[in-house]
Amino acid sequence: MQAGAPTDTTAPAAEPPGQQRAAVPVWRRVLRLFIYQRELTPVVITVGLFAYFTIRAGSNFTDSLSLSSAAGYAGPIGAIAVGEVLLLVLAEIDLSAGQVFLFAPWVEYWLHNAGLPVAVAIFLALAACCGVGAINGLITVRLNVPSFVTTLATNFILFGLVLIYSNMTQATPIPLSASTGFSSKLMGAWLWSEILWVVAITIVVQMVLTRTRFGVRIVATGGNLLGAAEAGIPVRRVKVWAFVLCSFLAGLVGIVDAVKYGSLDPGNFGVDYILYAVGACVIGGTALTGGRGTVIGAFVGAILIGILEDGLTLIGVSTNDFYVWVGVVIIFAMALNGQFDRLIARSRET
Amino acid sequence: MSTQPAEPMPPGPSSVEHALEVRGLTKRFGALVVLRGIDLVLRQGEVLGLVGDNGAGKSTLVKILCGFQQQDGGEVIVGGEPVRFHSVQAARAHGIETVYQDLALIPQLPVYLNLFLGHELTKLGPLRFLDKQAMRKLARQYLDEIKVRVPSLEAEAEQLSGGQRQAVAVARAVRAAPKILLLDEPLAAMGARESRLIIDLVKDLASSGRVSIIVIDHNYAHLFELCDRINVMQGGRITTDQPVHETSLEGLTELMVSNFRRELDDLSNAGA
Repeated sequence: MQAGAPTDTTAPAAEPPGQQRAAVPVWRRVLRLFIYQRELTPVVITVGLFAYFTIRAGSNFTDSLSLSSAAGYAGPIGAIAVGEVLLLVLAEIDLSAGQVFLFAPWVEYWLHNAGLPVAVAIFLALAACCGVGAINGLITVRLNVPSFVTTLATNFILFGLVLIYSNMTQATPIPLSASTGFSSKLMGAWLWSEILWVVAITIVVQMVLTRTRFGVRIVATGGNLLGAAEAGIPVRRVKVWAFVLCSFLAGLVGIVDAVKYGSLDPGNFGVDYILYAVGACVIGGTALTGGRGTVIGAFVGAILIGILEDGLTLIGVSTNDFYVWVGVVIIFAMALNGQFDRLIARSRET
Repeated sequence: MSTQPAEPMPPGPSSVEHALEVRGLTKRFGALVVLRGIDLVLRQGEVLGLVGDNGAGKSTLVKILCGFQQQDGGEVIVGGEPVRFHSVQAARAHGIETVYQDLALIPQLPVYLNLFLGHELTKLGPLRFLDKQAMRKLARQYLDEIKVRVPSLEAEAEQLSGGQRQAVAVARAVRAAPKILLLDEPLAAMGARESRLIIDLVKDLASSGRVSIIVIDHNYAHLFELCDRINVMQGGRITTDQPVHETSLEGLTELMVSNFRRELDDLSNAGA
């Protein structure tokens, strides 16, 4: 569901009455559906890819090992993309979310090693992530720094902090990953828990964006900053909270991801994740112009990238080809969305 | 026509308490002094027209009165109480609503959400879920009441005509049942039929006597129809304050032109 789009009808304006309505040809209705439900296109592509890889690789692709590895690619991208959508709707961006994703489990690890119980360590690590988000947001709105620059800086700072305090040594084992209790399974020790977390936050954040006051204020602030402020919306506060939420979600799934893999590598660079995440948002139908975006689309975009990576590997195509295909899909999605926007604009003129 | 503030007609016996009073209001942006000491009185239930050249400070005055910007000096008194608004919400709490020149609509939001922007109805307590049903219902009821027509409540503001947007913006301000309504060029970019709609709307409001209105407009004919009194603003000051029945269209035009000439003379004298 497109935030800000008509929610209960795909028709933008009053329909001509009675007979003429039936005269609208089917292809136009389908087109209209795709124009107003931007998630549909990536869903169709994803299903198409799934079918293609199933035909090419058969059960090698559809067995749970393969699917879990596709989910493993998609999970981190999806978690970051979901939070990133909120910022893209605000016409902002958070380049540090990927590094927050990697930073959170380190904080948890350090605190646990310092003698704190795991639960407390996780809680404080998430609080630290919220702190990073708050700093991102406050610097952006108070000092009037473009968020691209603010979050680029925090990205490097967090990367540096991890290198410094880890002594450039891998951490292993990390808390929870070796245990088999329910809570550790929930927090990532079970193969599928990460993707389920991502599904859950997708649903929650989509609801936040389309059904809550905070969500409508995000759309308003991103769609018309001055107008929203004139209407009495506390636009700066809205932005800061969105940065906090984005960092929190990245940190949360970051901890789950670390538990899943059981070790931490200080050399991982968060920008890798961010580029995929922004790609997933774009593939899902979110423009970078503000005022519009879809959380579900971002999730679908992440799944699409995950299936593409897993499937290409399985049918024996070189991983290098994967990058080319991701690029092609992003360009295709951008072009399609641009065309859809033009069609909407044209329908308004007539 | 004199620039002496005329003693205006008191609207009733209880003219002691004004809806709004402004004393010595100043505002500067860096080196640019926009307001040089505004004195203004808005009486209970009247419509006050504000005219002046571009850059005279009209919009700045409105933005201070509605809490969007803060004054550097001077006093604002609402209902006899000195106030200083630090936010639009604070001004709203004192019953001040505004229709901005840029309309402050969100292109991507449907009409009914634009109508409730800034005071959205919510349910489920602290979760603040939007009560879309209630907002749609009230929006429909409300737009019907004031005879504003839009293609659909679900239409995004982007899809409306200029006049429809303007109507929605006015409707949003009026919906909150303000005591003071500030209209910053509410008729700009509107066709004749659409202007008529807004003018009638404002006249209806004014005749109820419950709301006092300040309206900025460049179209003197509109102002003469709407207003009880007209203030002329020049160079950051109010230079003329007259009841509309003592003012003629020609007089007002003449005043504006002569002032413009004087400014030109001042400029050339300063250059010489």
